[in-house]
Amino acid sequence: MMASSYNAKDEDGHHSGSVSHGGAGTAKSKKPDNTAFKQQRLPAWQPILTAGTVLPAFFVIGLIFIPIGIGLYVTSNNIKEFEIDYTGVNVDSPCYTCANNFSWNSTTSCSCTVNFTLEQPFENNVYMYYGLSNFYQNHRRYVKSRDDRQLNGDATALKDPSNDCEPYRKIGVETIAPCGAIANSLFNDSLELYYVEPSGALNAVPLAKKGIAWWTDRNVKFRNPAGVDLPTAFKGTAKPVNWRKPVYELDPSDPDNNGFINEDFIVWMRTAALPTFRKLYRIIHKNQSSTSTLPSGRYVLNITYNYPVLSFDGRKRMILSTISWMGGKNPFLGIAYITVGSICFFLGVVLLIIHHKYDTRSNSADIPN
Amino acid sequence: MFFCQCVGEENWEDSRTVYIGHKEPPPGAEAYIPQRYPDNHIVSSKYTFWNFIPKNLFEQFRRIANFYFLVIFLVQLIIDTPTSPITSGLPLFFVITVTAIKQGYEDWLRHKADCSINECPVDVVQQGKVVRTQSHKLRVGDIVVVREDETFPCDLIFLSSSRYDGICYVTTTSLDGESSHKTYYAVPDTMAFRTEQEVDSLHATIECEQPQPDLYKFVGRINIYKDKEEPISRTLGAENLLLRGATLKNTQHIYGIIMNTHFALLLRSKTNDSVVKIYKAVINTVLKYAWQWSPDRDEPWYNHRTEIEPFTDFLAFMVLFNYIIPVSMYVTVEMQKFLGSYFITWDEEMFDEELGQGAQVNTSDLNEELGQVEYVFTDKTGTLTENNMEFIECCVDGNVYIPHAICNGQILSAASRPLKTKKEYEDLFFRALCLCHTVQVKEEETVDGIKRGIHQGRPTSFYISSSPDEVALVEGMKRLGYTYLRLKDNYMEILNKDDEIERFELLHVLNFDSVRRRMSVIVKSSSGEYLLFCKGADSSIFPRVVSGKVEQVKARVEQNAVEGLRTLCVAYRRLSASEYQVACRHLTEAKLALQDREQRLAQAYDIIERDLVLLGATAVEDRLQEKAADTIESLHKAGIKVWVLTGDKMETAAATCYASKLFRRSTQILELTKKRTEEQSLHDVLFELNRTVLRQCSISGLSVDCLDFGLIIDGATLSAILKSNQEGGGHGNYREVFLEICRNCSAVLCCRMAPLQKAQIVKLIKASKEHPITLAIGDGANDVSMILEAHVGIGIMGKEGRQAARNSDYAIPKFKHLKKMLLVHGHYYYIRIAELVQYFFYKNVCFIFPQFLYQFFCGFSQQPLYDTAYLTLYNISFTSLPILLYSLVEQHVTMETLKREPSLYRDIAKNSLLRWPVFLYWTCLGVFDAVIFFFGAYFLFDNTTFTSNGQMFGNWTFGSLVFTVLVFTVTLKLALDTHHWTWINHFVIWGSLLFYVIFSLLWGGIIWPFLNYQRMYYVFMQMLSSGPAWLSIILLITVSLLPDVIKKLKWSSVIRHLKSFTVK
Repeated sequence: MMASSYNAKDEDGHHSGSVSHGGAGTAKSKKPDNTAFKQQRLPAWQPILTAGTVLPAFFVIGLIFIPIGIGLYVTSNNIKEFEIDYTGVNVDSPCYTCANNFSWNSTTSCSCTVNFTLEQPFENNVYMYYGLSNFYQNHRRYVKSRDDRQLNGDATALKDPSNDCEPYRKIGVETIAPCGAIANSLFNDSLELYYVEPSGALNAVPLAKKGIAWWTDRNVKFRNPAGVDLPTAFKGTAKPVNWRKPVYELDPSDPDNNGFINEDFIVWMRTAALPTFRKLYRIIHKNQSSTSTLPSGRYVLNITYNYPVLSFDGRKRMILSTISWMGGKNPFLGIAYITVGSICFFLGVVLLIIHHKYDTRSNSADIPN
Repeated sequence: MFFCQCVGEENWEDSRTVYIGHKEPPPGAEAYIPQRYPDNHIVSSKYTFWNFIPKNLFEQFRRIANFYFLVIFLVQLIIDTPTSPITSGLPLFFVITVTAIKQGYEDWLRHKADCSINECPVDVVQQGKVVRTQSHKLRVGDIVVVREDETFPCDLIFLSSSRYDGICYVTTTSLDGESSHKTYYAVPDTMAFRTEQEVDSLHATIECEQPQPDLYKFVGRINIYKDKEEPISRTLGAENLLLRGATLKNTQHIYGIIMNTHFALLLRSKTNDSVVKIYKAVINTVLKYAWQWSPDRDEPWYNHRTEIEPFTDFLAFMVLFNYIIPVSMYVTVEMQKFLGSYFITWDEEMFDEELGQGAQVNTSDLNEELGQVEYVFTDKTGTLTENNMEFIECCVDGNVYIPHAICNGQILSAASRPLKTKKEYEDLFFRALCLCHTVQVKEEETVDGIKRGIHQGRPTSFYISSSPDEVALVEGMKRLGYTYLRLKDNYMEILNKDDEIERFELLHVLNFDSVRRRMSVIVKSSSGEYLLFCKGADSSIFPRVVSGKVEQVKARVEQNAVEGLRTLCVAYRRLSASEYQVACRHLTEAKLALQDREQRLAQAYDIIERDLVLLGATAVEDRLQEKAADTIESLHKAGIKVWVLTGDKMETAAATCYASKLFRRSTQILELTKKRTEEQSLHDVLFELNRTVLRQCSISGLSVDCLDFGLIIDGATLSAILKSNQEGGGHGNYREVFLEICRNCSAVLCCRMAPLQKAQIVKLIKASKEHPITLAIGDGANDVSMILEAHVGIGIMGKEGRQAARNSDYAIPKFKHLKKMLLVHGHYYYIRIAELVQYFFYKNVCFIFPQFLYQFFCGFSQQPLYDTAYLTLYNISFTSLPILLYSLVEQHVTMETLKREPSLYRDIAKNSLLRWPVFLYWTCLGVFDAVIFFFGAYFLFDNTTFTSNGQMFGNWTFGSLVFTVLVFTVTLKLALDTHHWTWINHFVIWGSLLFYVIFSLLWGGIIWPFLNYQRMYYVFMQMLSSGPAWLSIILLITVSLLPDVIKKLKWSSVIRHLKSFTVK
């Protein structure tokens, strides 16, 4: 398209100097350069995929992948995970009342208690997640309904956030801080875990709320607006519609965990990739003592039920999981590695047979030539 | 002469009436309806200054691709879409602007060219005076004066000339490539006009047919009104019509009436419907239907809609998926074509030292079609041959004489010195050649025509003849010591070896015709002997020979013919006075006959030309261009059908075809010529030939070496075939039968072709049901029409000006360069562009299909899987350079192999790399890879933690993981396809991957102050800090590449498997 040229007047000695081949006029009498590139004779490596060259590769891949796969699979199997759904769909489930009597306006919170038993003790650090299902945190309008400038403590964005936050941008004249649908729908159930001693006494399991968000998020990406203290910094802004308390009172127990840098909030703000997701809620650090972090036995989960999911047919879960170097329980990766490794190995064998057979044949065929 | 599109002559009518000098016919004559004719203004430019912008934009957006991108851009502007309008607007703007500038510049050049032609001065007779005016002001009916060596500005009826016999000589080199002088005759009633006043006083009208595409056909009538007399009507024929573009020669000036102003020519139409559009149409339709069921899901409380517009949803999907055919592909293809064409201009092997020029590329849109050519239409004179006849040898009575080019006049005999008794034969032979011809001697320098300098020390004079062979023979004789001096008062003068002038009285010339294939002269020598000299094709002479060394001469003739020389046999007969009288009587009778004159002449000739004594034979070479035969042979091996289209005589052309190995000795020649169709009806001939061809093919269908056929067809028969179809006559469809015959012939020779007929042939083949890619190659202005008509037009920068080179797509110095052009460059370009297009499609399927799958998991909300930066840069920088470089330097086979094995060209014939199965493979591979990327990441992400600190990843990490696998897979896939790894390939492929990693690190490493979102902050680094992410990236890349590796392997092993079988 941009490459043609019109040399209408070459004959008249008029050097057209056309767009593309402007050189054609002036270089006419010149012999083209004899460079390797221009003559398309650059030295080149010309690999050909033959059974001979690919065979070793298949074996090597097979031999590397299978052990990795086995390692991954074993590691994954050693990870302990416990999951319990506390949505309260069924009439006999403990949270049924809370789930069905939910009202946005109620001032008192509804609590329910779920009992469960861990068959095996959980060693090392145990991570407590909440899981939501059928919750489209990856919906386009939802994902973009936030203002990263505001969350980064930008003073102008605090008062005048991006239009992406609509319809959660302003209430009357007051700006919502944090604005947007993501913040507005912050997961606000609180979970407490109790170990039921053999004696029957409830022993609260210590839940650490620090370290659940990415370090970079908490320290760089999310910042509170400047101000003497948080209430003044957030002065003139309104709390999101669905929130019970303003952003600077999210964690009454720890003043450093308030405002935009509240870790629960940061975790929520990292939108999940899939409609069924889990988010890190608390960390149960391992005891200094020799006993397991969570010994086997009966537990009680105390839920302050604030977050309605039944309206969109969602589910809520609480997950306890230990972690290895490769993260949580995920048998898929190990199985995949073993499968691919085996396929490669198998192909290698098949190719070896073909190759071997063919080789002898071609040798005998070459001789008469 | 410039060809231009005919602007105002669409209103074809059956006939036109022209008033000479714009004078109304006297009252009482038939009522003429005044007709309007366009003036001679030539407009080949497309735009004017003020309509450039709107018209150019309109033209550009008529291209479906541009329009499509414009719609996408507008949609992005109007509705709330997942991506920014800039991502598609900027490249579109770039493409449109560059194209507009280029087209504007080209049009400016065309304007300038038009101007110089339109303002070319012409002399017109007005009110008895000669007025100088400009070419574009001429109107039909004007009387113009044309002087010697001027070109006729339009078609003229020849009124009178400066010569008293009312004839003029014209060369039509630029029309049909024949450089000989042709004679035209003035209208008898007006040939006496000498002055402007006389011419101007002429009161007449001319009726004729509307302009015809057939150059040699013209039928008209002139009505001359004289005072109060009945108008005199005269018929006008082609001999009265001087064609536009021809040049006046040997005549001081002529007067003529303008008949047609515009020379209508076929429009240049080059549609390059690339596969791209088909892809797009199919994919878009499929995807559109796929999207249309995007459900309107209930809105959960956490995510309220701002507005509800179902239609914009659809548009948003379209925007999101528009990446499947990105603007960048468009740009890359153009870049590839543009940059790639430089390799042709740079090619040292296509450089001609003599001309000091290499190949030129005038359009780069067609590079890949060079690899798809199925038919090559070549001009003969100047293209296959050097247009340079040379006398090679003669054989007198079994002795061979070879004139040495340098040692003037010296006879080098291959045999021993002729015996005394042979001397007589020798003398007769040389005299025969000096006398038996129709060569004219021209003393002065001419600009055009056949010119041969006479050797030093002699007056400069040239031989001119309508047959270059004769010139070569007479010249050859001169080198052997017998110089033909001139024809003076019916005496032919010869300067013999002893520098004596011999005079022969020329009594009769028995002209050459293609039926007899010989000519004779009857002369009376100074000693009073009557001699008949006859020369002609061997087949027409031998049966008439009664004595002479027939066997030896025959052997020699056959040997020469095998070498591709044009042979003629020479014979003589001594006539007694009484015999001469008889002959004379026969001839005069025949000449005076009113009916069947031709037939009776032929009878007379037949009676006279018998009982000949064979003298010997000559061999003349129309030197083929260097390696022309080799080139044609290679093209044949490459499965390309070569057609020779020429204005030449059949015999001449056939000889060249043999010399250039177009026809081999084994080739069975089928003739479809006027001669045959006169004997039988066209219908019978066609069907008979068709039967022959089909029978042969069905018999030899089993055997490997099918007898190959060569077809010879002439212009007259061709127009009969074409016409029969237009009339839709009841004789069945000749065109189809003709095509059927042609398909089964390996070589076709079309002789006596007018330039437009050449184009018609090309068009005929182009329109046949296989729609083959055609290539036309030629050097003269007479080839321009076919060069423009064919898909690919190649011009030879030859001696006959640069018309062809200028109008062509590619210009090469010599015919032999066609071999490298097609077999190497064409092959490379084709595989490169095929890979480019399909790889682009593949990588975008890989890119977009996960996006599509993601819609099932994000509530069909058009949420992009990848970050905007990735979306924009994927096609622009992460994956663009490797494929661009691949499409520039890839060589799947070495250049030497391609040149050595022309049959490799067959591998890519009929678009074999862009067929549906191949395309399907790429699509399947793309979909497979996309599924692997997406579901691989999906299962890894499914409800699990990736890090050793328990923290979770979000949707952007998910996207980045898919994207990383995608970029690596797609780039490595190209690496697998690369057969030719130069350092640039290494640099670009590994560099691209490195660039991606560095870019991602940087993009996520900083809080970008100018962005209003920081969604990618630390996402890439977090991902890399997790072990499972690394492991899954490696796993997914391996799995994605595995099928392609296996496919490549199986393929090569199967090939070898088969080979080993065939060896056995």
